[in-house]
Amino acid sequence: MSSIGELRRLARRRERGGTPAAKVRHPDNLAGHLFLIPWFIGVLAFTIGPMIASLFLAFTDYNLLQPPTWAGLDNIVRMIEDERLWNSLRVTLVYVIVSVPLQLALALGVAMLLDKGMRGLAIYRSIFYLPSLLGGSVAIAILWRQVFGKEGIVNAFLALLGIEGPGWISHPDYALLTIIILHVWTFGSPMIIFLAGLRQIPEMYYEAAQVDGAGKLRRFVSITFPLLTPIIFFNLVLQIIFAFQSFTQAYIVSGGTGGPSDSTMFFTLYLYQQAFTELEMGYASAMAWFLLLIIAAFTAFNFWFSKFWVFYEEDSGVDRRRGRGSRRAA
Amino acid sequence: MRTSRPRSTLKHVGLIALSLLMIYPLLWLVVSSFKPNATIFTDLSIFTTDLTLDNYVHGWTSQQLPFSRFLANSAILSLGAIVGNLVSCSLAAYAFARLRFAGRNLYFAVMLGTIMLPFHVVLVPQFIIFRELGWLETFLPLVVPKFLALDSFFVFLMVQFIRGLPRELFEAARIDGAGHIRIYGGITLPLMVPALATTTIFTFIWTWGDFFGPLIYLRTRENFTVSVALKGFIDAQSTSNYGAMFAMSVVSLLPLFLAFLVGQRYLVKGIATTGIK
Repeated sequence: MSSIGELRRLARRRERGGTPAAKVRHPDNLAGHLFLIPWFIGVLAFTIGPMIASLFLAFTDYNLLQPPTWAGLDNIVRMIEDERLWNSLRVTLVYVIVSVPLQLALALGVAMLLDKGMRGLAIYRSIFYLPSLLGGSVAIAILWRQVFGKEGIVNAFLALLGIEGPGWISHPDYALLTIIILHVWTFGSPMIIFLAGLRQIPEMYYEAAQVDGAGKLRRFVSITFPLLTPIIFFNLVLQIIFAFQSFTQAYIVSGGTGGPSDSTMFFTLYLYQQAFTELEMGYASAMAWFLLLIIAAFTAFNFWFSKFWVFYEEDSGVDRRRGRGSRRAA
Repeated sequence: MRTSRPRSTLKHVGLIALSLLMIYPLLWLVVSSFKPNATIFTDLSIFTTDLTLDNYVHGWTSQQLPFSRFLANSAILSLGAIVGNLVSCSLAAYAFARLRFAGRNLYFAVMLGTIMLPFHVVLVPQFIIFRELGWLETFLPLVVPKFLALDSFFVFLMVQFIRGLPRELFEAARIDGAGHIRIYGGITLPLMVPALATTTIFTFIWTWGDFFGPLIYLRTRENFTVSVALKGFIDAQSTSNYGAMFAMSVVSLLPLFLAFLVGQRYLVKGIATTGIK
């Protein structure tokens, strides 16, 4: 089960009222807390504490050298008026909204082509997976600069077709596209997740559908897709969250500038520049909280929208493990 | 479901074409790293006999310090991160999976929730803390958090694994009077070696490839990791020694590739059970 499935399970248990608090026994109270000491320290000192601190810093002017001074809503006003910030948000949104669905669709499509026990399965899987292991590295981003350079291999292939390609990396209309392609290139890891999900769909569902005369498309629409929706959903949620935080590829492809003409200026890259080049730590903190709110909004929307398309088998009254329908007592 | 022969052939043709497309940039990188600098962009094919080791020789020393220095830094950092994650995440996972204590569900939900938290909201204060501690230009800001079970993915992976172990084993050990430290160290850890292997490999790959952390905490050349050192090749565009840049890119990817070869089984399993990206 995915991490999101787990959170969902915890929430539902709460909704149903759980076990009355008085009846819960905690025989391992001491040991449990002792084993979690490292995590407690980590969460307090490096997560919750810093979150509170950065929320405070968001309302200050702080350059790391002098103590922070209270600035009220200045940073927020400045964000509203900062055109580069809105541009960086637009660039990031385009990147997220285009690259994540493309990557997941390709991952699902290829996973469905890789039938169980087919010849060469292991080799295909390895080849498709390898790029997603390497894709986040500086070396691959450096390679991308050359692959899509004016004299790179992409243009060499286009030349074979008689097309003269632009300098993809140095053209403001195309630079972001190369980073999107880089993201799609790493479709291997969601593909592995989809493969695992596909293998869990009982063969008998398909057999039954075939007996009923269902065609290929029908089997996909009525069996494969609904049963995969929880997996697609949590991939979508997590990939969107991670894509908002992409940094390395934009940094390296643009040589740290976000150029040409801010066309690859990701929100995180602008935040990095504000914090560590301009030493605008207060402003950067405000930006970070803005990013958190945007990601939270996307995630909340995803969860709300999931009601309309994600299918949870355990909610439908069918318990697959028992092999028969068993209504859960209300 | 059986597919007919011609259709299956067609599918293989498509998959092979996609494989080539996926792998071609990597092949081009490797072959170009062995080509004389002058022919890298004049002859883009990957079939050539004009090969040389010059790029590796030049590249090795092109960033002022020998590249072995950056490799060593990345290796030390990765090792520290691996040890930290193995120890701290397994402790937390044992508690979440096997112990019953007040607040467990709440803590577990918080732990899972941090997976979705963009690290930027803690970035500036963390930087200030590490600066106050005098840890800038050391590996500590990148290693110490690993000893505090903050990589929730691995805690979750291990929780899932421990939950799958037979309950009777733990009950029998309790009846024999074993304490939790004995059960954790003597029973759980040996049984969860596959989950530990997955954690090791992923931690290695992520730490080795990490760019943002070293970029802000390690700014002097002696401390550069491979990622930050490679950046030097694009900073100095004027010299544009593409061959050397490609050669050192290959050097930096080689450990990742080896980890992939050795640990593929664990990687696939780890992704499938947790949905790690």
